Amino acid sequence: MKNHVWRPLYVALAIVLLILTARLFLVPEDFGVHERGYMYGWYRKGNEAEWRAVKVKYRTAAYCKECHAKEYDAIKGSPHSRIMCENCHGPALDHPDDPPTLTIDRHRSLCARCHALLPYKTSGRSDIRGINIETHHPEAECVLCHWPHNPKAEGKSL
Amino acid sequence: MIDRRTFCKKSMLLVGGLALPLAAFELFDPRKLLADKSDPAKERWVFLVDTEKCVGCGYCVHACKVENEIPYEANVTRTWVERYVVTKDGKSHIDSPKGGRDGFTAGRIEIGEGKHEEIRGEDVNKAFFVPKLCNQCENPPCVQVCPVGATYATADGVVLVDRKWCIGCGYCIMGCPYGVRFFHPVYHVAEKCNFCYHRITKGMKTACVDACAFDARRIGNINDPADPVTRIIVTERVSILKEEYGTKPQVYYLGLSKEVK
Amino acid sequence: MVHGELWTVKEYFVYPNEYIYWTIQIVMYPFMTGLVAGAFVLSSLYHVFGVKQLKGIARFSLVFSFALLPVAMMPLLMHLLQPQRGIEVMMTPHFTSAIAAFGIVFTTYGMIVASELWFVYRQHFVETALELRQASEPTLALRLRLLLFTALTLGAWDVSEHALEKDERAVRVLAGAGIPVACFLHGYAGFIFGSVKANALWMTPLMPVIFICSAVVSGIALCIITYIVTMELRKLLVAWRRKQEPGLPSTEELKSAEIQVVTITARYLIMFLVFAITLELLDLVFRGYTAVKSWDILRSVIYGKDFVSIFVIQYGLGNLVPFILFLLPRLTIRRAVAGTLLVLLGVFMMRWNVVIGGQAFSSSFSGFMHYHLPIWPHSLETFKEGFFGALTVAVTPFVLFWFINKVLPVFKESH
Repeated sequence: MKNHVWRPLYVALAIVLLILTARLFLVPEDFGVHERGYMYGWYRKGNEAEWRAVKVKYRTAAYCKECHAKEYDAIKGSPHSRIMCENCHGPALDHPDDPPTLTIDRHRSLCARCHALLPYKTSGRSDIRGINIETHHPEAECVLCHWPHNPKAEGKSL
Repeated sequence: MIDRRTFCKKSMLLVGGLALPLAAFELFDPRKLLADKSDPAKERWVFLVDTEKCVGCGYCVHACKVENEIPYEANVTRTWVERYVVTKDGKSHIDSPKGGRDGFTAGRIEIGEGKHEEIRGEDVNKAFFVPKLCNQCENPPCVQVCPVGATYATADGVVLVDRKWCIGCGYCIMGCPYGVRFFHPVYHVAEKCNFCYHRITKGMKTACVDACAFDARRIGNINDPADPVTRIIVTERVSILKEEYGTKPQVYYLGLSKEVK
Repeated sequence: MVHGELWTVKEYFVYPNEYIYWTIQIVMYPFMTGLVAGAFVLSSLYHVFGVKQLKGIARFSLVFSFALLPVAMMPLLMHLLQPQRGIEVMMTPHFTSAIAAFGIVFTTYGMIVASELWFVYRQHFVETALELRQASEPTLALRLRLLLFTALTLGAWDVSEHALEKDERAVRVLAGAGIPVACFLHGYAGFIFGSVKANALWMTPLMPVIFICSAVVSGIALCIITYIVTMELRKLLVAWRRKQEPGLPSTEELKSAEIQVVTITARYLIMFLVFAITLELLDLVFRGYTAVKSWDILRSVIYGKDFVSIFVIQYGLGNLVPFILFLLPRLTIRRAVAGTLLVLLGVFMMRWNVVIGGQAFSSSFSGFMHYHLPIWPHSLETFKEGFFGALTVAVTPFVLFWFINKVLPVFKESH
């Protein structure tokens, strides 16, 4: 029998080997150092594709225009031209396949996001016509009087 | 003369040694460790926020939550809008109720625990809105502190989280000076803004940029000199948040004020 | 509900995603590793530096340090939102993170303590195994016991004078190697906090050193208190047994031996306590003097919101009072018990004030967060991150110690 003093070391080495072997099976193959080096680029490459594959919900006006050209043209000629259709109509997803219809949000709170009056002269908010949402026809939906696709025409619709 | 015992021992050792390819010992490839991280990529995403233009409508936050499937009622968000109201007594009042998801429709300021502070219009010296999102830092401290390599920076400059690898220790949340990270209420792993990676890699803009009607948010490619966002960043006076942490944020701001946290 | 929302109350402006994400378990983690490291350092004082007076407590604290080991990992696992993936720290370690080396340091340290114990107890393993072999009618329990002890000998049956000498030398070497690793294990818990540049309270290079000092303090304190408790139990046992065997040491003899060990150990405790307090105060003075951007909010937390838990409980009750208790002449067992318990409270509060205090303010420096420890476990989350989870972590080492003591008897006189 040789020196017994090294026995615990053998046990320790066996544990280390066990861990190293486990690495072989548990670490995905595409895990490693990528473009940004070890500090910022130590990861599983396949995850990038997983993020790219996330479903796009907001398809933007370019997508809406394909079928709703009339509405698109109307709003593009109004002060609301920069507002994305889907802000009020909801995300298009795969409309008209899925969902077949979009639910339009006509609630006052949507308009109030920009048109509730705030006394902030130093912000862009002051360039927008504002109302006091508590006193300005609190019972009515704004769209009863104001046509959101062309707010300039508000006088006529009243 | 070799006895049975030694023979068994030796052969076990040999078989064990053969079964373990060198790859098992490889933690990382030294050549890759030295890889130059400033390698010029085709794309390097940057963001530009114009606080002069933001009106605090919160459509960006709304769109972000829907687009990126962050439970709508959960009190966490990948992007948010802060309101700064500086009164005549020099005090700054800051709030961001529900991250600004529903916009700012009243003058009172949220001060926590469900309480509010009324601020009269005539007391306001200046007031403005500041949208916030992940800065996709060039030196992201959140990535540096991840113990398992579950969060990382891509070649095009976006910091992503691997939902299948994150252990949920929260060190990255602690390491971010900007407070952009949180635990996803459904997946229970670290979550953050990733510039809508699924959109920008398809040639689209981020959901918040598309939802913004005021051009307060814009995304661009800093490696493209003709990109309008790049033009602004290189020719105009832009600032970044919390420069002192050395994180080199890639979200640039126009019209910041000293009150901005 | 968002993780953290349950126990966080926000005041003034806090970023929307900020909550107190690191809670009671992260307080327990440095506290428990501190105890491990402290207990080990105490045992090494005897094995390496030959502080003879500590002989009585040395073996005890080594075994206790081993019992504490798995418990240092427990709070971390309970804290993780994906505990089943914890092993990834060993699989794909990202060494730029202070946490990444945890698995490796922890395993190394565990192996050192286990090996040292093996050498200390090898003779006992061999003797017990040989004894068990003699049993004429072995029951299943006895056979299992024999199997366990045979395995524990690792095939090294040689208990000659020469071999035992080698064992002793190995113990010395391992104890020596263990000190830096123990300090590393714990100092590095301090590094985890000290290196977070986003947290104004945590970021200081002193943090690792402060953590080591207070770790040693708490480890020694826990050893003293556990030693006293076991000695008291033994006294009862001996008094009862002496009726049959008058040859056993008398209660008075045991008592004088006990107070001697406690007095000596307490001296080391005081020494490390002074180190720890000095560093902590230095840190505080520096912050106030340099008064960088974060100082306004730090001051309002340290001198305002957390005043009671920092100055009254931690420094007052946890440091000053035990300091006086130990320094007053003619130390008694009762005073030592009170002193060590207060020291443990003080170190625990120090961890609390660092971990929870560091999240008491928003990184916007414009608001505060208040922590409400979930007491009653309504769900798995409130158990894991609540009072009962912490209690589980605190009780486990004693349960483990009881089991380990069956195999590695701490008080066997023959050694």
